[in-house]
Amino acid sequence: MGNRIFLSDPTACTAEVVAGARLLAVADRVGPDRAWRRAAMDNLMRVVVAMFAWCMPLLLLAIAIGLAVKAMPLISTTPLMDLLTSSEWRPLKGEFGFLAFIVGTVEVTLIAVLLAVPFGVLSGIYLSEHSNTATKRLAVPVLDMLGAIPSVIFGIWGVVLIVPLVRNGIAPFFGVASTGYTVLTGGLVLSVMVFPLITQVVHEVVRTVPNGLRDAGLALGATNWETTRKVVVRKALPGIWAACILGFSRAFGETIAVLMVVGNVVQIPWNPLQAGYPIPALIANNYGEMMSIPMYDSALMFAALLLLAIVLAFNLYARRVLKRMEIRAN
Amino acid sequence: MHTPRTTLSVRGLHVNYGDHAVLKDVNVDFPDRRLTAIIGPSGCGKTTLLRTLNRLIDNTEGTRITGEVLLDGQDIYARGADVTGLRRKMGLLSQRPTPLPMSIFDNVAFGMRIHGERPKQQIAERVEYFLRHASLWEEVKERLHQPAGGLSIGQQQRLCLARGLAVGPEVILGDEPTSALDPISTRHIEDKFTELKERYAIIIVTHVLRQARRLADHVVFMYLGEVVEQGPAEQLFNDPQHELTRAYISGSIS
Repeated sequence: MGNRIFLSDPTACTAEVVAGARLLAVADRVGPDRAWRRAAMDNLMRVVVAMFAWCMPLLLLAIAIGLAVKAMPLISTTPLMDLLTSSEWRPLKGEFGFLAFIVGTVEVTLIAVLLAVPFGVLSGIYLSEHSNTATKRLAVPVLDMLGAIPSVIFGIWGVVLIVPLVRNGIAPFFGVASTGYTVLTGGLVLSVMVFPLITQVVHEVVRTVPNGLRDAGLALGATNWETTRKVVVRKALPGIWAACILGFSRAFGETIAVLMVVGNVVQIPWNPLQAGYPIPALIANNYGEMMSIPMYDSALMFAALLLLAIVLAFNLYARRVLKRMEIRAN
Repeated sequence: MHTPRTTLSVRGLHVNYGDHAVLKDVNVDFPDRRLTAIIGPSGCGKTTLLRTLNRLIDNTEGTRITGEVLLDGQDIYARGADVTGLRRKMGLLSQRPTPLPMSIFDNVAFGMRIHGERPKQQIAERVEYFLRHASLWEEVKERLHQPAGGLSIGQQQRLCLARGLAVGPEVILGDEPTSALDPISTRHIEDKFTELKERYAIIIVTHVLRQARRLADHVVFMYLGEVVEQGPAEQLFNDPQHELTRAYISGSIS
C-alpha cells in the first residue's frame, strides 16, 4: 500500500511536509522486497552478535590451553603436588617449588582486600546515602581519576612513602628489623589501588536501591543508619559483594606496583613484615631472562597457569555466593 | 479501645524546592477517625503535603519548609522534635508496595524489633495478629519465612499495611496506595481503610475521583500548590464552593 499525504490546503505545504513526503515515497519504492531484507538482516545480525559473544570464552580457553601446553614439560617431569607444596626454588638444579609464590600472592592480596574492603564499602555507602550533592560532585571525579592512575605511579609512591613508613615506623613498632620492602608494604600499596574501585562500584550499586525502600524504612521509625544497614545495604548486598570480588580480582593480578615494593625474595613470608614474592612479580621479573636454564620457561608458564587457576577458582566461588545472595535479597 | 484523639493540623505551610514553591500557605485540619482524601491534578503538591506530615521530605535535598505541622498540639518541625518517634506514629503506604528485602515474617517484625521491644514469643504473636488484621494471614501462614518479594503486588501492599500497623501508628498515610493494584486488590485495600478509620486517622492522596467519592469523609482539593477548598466529602462533591473545584470534579480540568 502506498503512503500518501493529502493536504486540505496546498498553500500550507511547508518545507518539512515536502521532505516528509519524499521520505515516504522512498519507503514506498523499497516496499516489495523490504520484508525479506529485514528478515535477512535480522538473521545476519543474530549470527554476527553470537560470534562476537563467543569470542570471549574462546579467548579464555585459548589462553589456558596455550599456557598448559607450554607448562607441559615441567608438569610431565615433576608431580603436580610437588610443584604446589614444595618451597624449594632452585632453577639451576631443576627444582621448582611454587609454594612460596602462592603464599606470597595470597598474603599480599588478603592484606590489600582486608584493608580496602571496609574503607571502600563504607565510603561507597557514605557517598550514596549521606553525602550531599557538593561532596559527590567532588568525590566521584576524584575516584575516577584515582582509578585511572597508572600502577607504576602507585609503585613509585609506595617506594617513596610506604617503604620508609614500614622500615622506620611499623616494623620498629613491632620490634622487627626490616628493609621496608615487605609483603605488608605490597598489601598497603595494593589496598590504596583497590579502594577507589570498590568505593565506586559500591556507590553505584547502593544508588540503584529504590527510594521507596528508604522511605519504607524511615516511615517505620528507623533512623537513617538503621535504614541504611538493615534495608538499603541488605538489598544491595549482592552488588557490594560483587564490588569486593572485583577488588579481589584486581589485587590478585596487579603486578608492577607490588613488584616494586614487595622485596621479591623467594621465601615463605611467615609474617607480613618479611619480604615475599607474588606470582605476577615472578613472571614479570624473570620472563625473557635466564631462558637458557632448562625448564625455566616452562616453570614460568606454569606460574601463569597457576595464577589463572587461582583467579578463576576464586571468581567461580564468588559467583556462587553471589547467586545465593541474590536469591535472599529478593 | 480508648486511645486519645489524634489531632493533626497544618498551619501556614510553605515548601520550596530551590526557587520553586511547591506548597503555598497550606492550612488543613485532618479529622481523627475519618478518612481524608487529598485530590487534585498531578503536580499540585498532594504527595509533597503527605511527605511533610511524617517529615520524609527532610531527606530531599534542597527543600525549605516553613510553617507548622501540629500533631497532638506539638509542632513536628520544632527544633529538637523526635523525628523517628513521629514517623512511628505515621504509617505509610506508598504508590508501589515496598516489601523490605527479607522474609514476610521479618517485614512485619521489622518495626517492633528496631523499637527494641518485646520478647520473641510476643513478636511472633503480634506478627500473626497484624497479618490477620491486614487480611493476609490465611494466604501466607505457610510461607512466613520466604522472601516477601515473592508475594503478588496486592499481597505485598497488604503486607506493607500490616507492617505499618505493627508499630502502632495513630495516622495512616497513603500515597495513591492502590494505583499499582488490580481491581480486586484495590477492593481489599479500600475495604481495609473503611474498617481502619474506626481507629485511625487516614489520609490518602488519590487521583481517582471515584475512589475519593467511595471512601472519603473529608476532602482537600489542591491546585498548583495551594489548597483551594476543603470540607466534608458530601458537601465538596455535591456543592463545591469554588470554581476550580467544580471544574476538577466535573472533569473539565485534570
